[in-house]
Amino acid sequence: MNNIWALVKKEIRAYFSSPIAYVVIFSFLLLAGFFFYSLVMWFNAQAMQMAQNPYYAQQININEMVFSPLFGNMSIVLIFVIPLLTMRLLAEEKKNGTDELLYTSPLSVGQIVLGKYFAALVMLAVLLGMTALLSIFAFAFGNPEVAPWLTGYLGLFLMGATFIAIGLFFSSLTENQIVAAVLTLLTLLLFFLLNWVSSLGNGAWRSVVSYLSFSEHFGVMTQGILDTKDIAYYLSFSFFGLFLAHSVLQSRRWR
Amino acid sequence: MIEVQRLTKKYGELVAVRDLTFKVETGRIWGLLGPNAAGKTTTMRILTCYLPATAGRATVAGFDVFNEPDAVKKSIGYLPEVVPLYLDMTVSGYLGFVAEIKQVPAAKRKAAIGRVIESAGLKDVGHRLIRNISRGFKQRVGIAQAMIHDPQVLVLDEPTIGLDPAQIREIRELIKGLRGERTILLSTHILPEVTQVCDGVVIINEGRLMASGSLEDLAASFERNDGVILKLRRAGAEEAALFQGLPGVDRVSAEGNELRIEWSRGRDLRDDVARLALDRRLGLQEMRSVAGIEDLYLKIVSGGLEQ
Repeated sequence: MNNIWALVKKEIRAYFSSPIAYVVIFSFLLLAGFFFYSLVMWFNAQAMQMAQNPYYAQQININEMVFSPLFGNMSIVLIFVIPLLTMRLLAEEKKNGTDELLYTSPLSVGQIVLGKYFAALVMLAVLLGMTALLSIFAFAFGNPEVAPWLTGYLGLFLMGATFIAIGLFFSSLTENQIVAAVLTLLTLLLFFLLNWVSSLGNGAWRSVVSYLSFSEHFGVMTQGILDTKDIAYYLSFSFFGLFLAHSVLQSRRWR
Repeated sequence: MIEVQRLTKKYGELVAVRDLTFKVETGRIWGLLGPNAAGKTTTMRILTCYLPATAGRATVAGFDVFNEPDAVKKSIGYLPEVVPLYLDMTVSGYLGFVAEIKQVPAAKRKAAIGRVIESAGLKDVGHRLIRNISRGFKQRVGIAQAMIHDPQVLVLDEPTIGLDPAQIREIRELIKGLRGERTILLSTHILPEVTQVCDGVVIINEGRLMASGSLEDLAASFERNDGVILKLRRAGAEEAALFQGLPGVDRVSAEGNELRIEWSRGRDLRDDVARLALDRRLGLQEMRSVAGIEDLYLKIVSGGLEQ
């Protein structure tokens, strides 16, 4: 555990001593702020109109009209941002020869993988935590429901954690950070958009493909529905990514 | 302390190390000497558990490198050929991180960092970013990180490569200063490094063991002859014949504008050789002793000697 903690500290220090963390946080917050602002403006306009009619006035829901689309937009931004956070994790060590220090220290491959993974999770939590500040306005001037807001963030975090596991795997394959980032982005987009493809087929194929899609499991969470099926999906996908990264690093022992 | 038995490493078809066997005793400094691509780095990477061997076995401090890697890693300090530095860390921050992953107990970490900073001469740069320190200091940081957990064995891969002459001397002094406390295996392709720093040597070429033993033993077994090398204006058959005629000279060979003159051990013909060269006005430019190990090494490297 101490070993993992040492690596986590080192990685977080590395994020903040290079421009990566600042650029990523800045861009993510800028976009999230823009989305939030536009959605709130749109919500206000809608609310004005709907207030005229007592029937529609009951339908106004800030969770559905602001947070749900906001989380959806943020999940798409994460697809582009996470590869930037994960690309350096293992590729950079290999490129600089510092992996030789890690592998000749009494650290297990599992500890190395987990240390890197947790450090990126901390970055994700910082990223999402800072966007939560926006919601303060919504809570101060409106009355959104807390539960769907929380499940939405949980969904974002779980999805981000899955993205990181995939990014870590691609970072373990190469010593070129750009290659790692591009392959991660490609894979994330593919799995995110998989449910488009599913509409072409039917029957079992359709349900398998749409089950595999990231967005399929995320949408329901932003609506406040917490299903173990969706949590299990993200956790098992993350585990699979970590397992692949572990196997790639471990293969050094028998090559 | 380090024992290697019939070690073999193949990268696909390429055999990097073939049937290598040697032994380093506790408290000695040994050199792993060989030209580039002789298999030095591969051997060291196997000893430090970075790479698995294809066949054979190796033990460090009594632990098998393949079966007990954690115990080996704890008792070994390793300076890889490319010094593994995080450029964005300060020197002391980096040493702190290495101390943590080498499992130095938290209470002893500060003292350990202070100790290696002191012994590697890093006092003035402790707070600086590694990115901004000179090549020589980076190499020292590399040696410092290898010593941080007070290992019994140090494995140093080309510790003086890429340094200027003054820095090379400093690093050699630093390594010599560690004699006695630790067992050290250092690799190099420069012979003087071995003769100046080491007690013994393992010479390898193309992955094969060519010779190993303490410097005295090797010198005694290979230097049956004593001799000098003369650098002349011209060194042809004519000049060679001239020196061959000197009483006591066993063998004369010419190469370029150098003559190599040998006689059996125990005699000293240097004055006679020099006088002859001066008397005949041969344009003497340089005269140096034939160094036994240097000679052996050159023969090995040029492929002139089979085991």
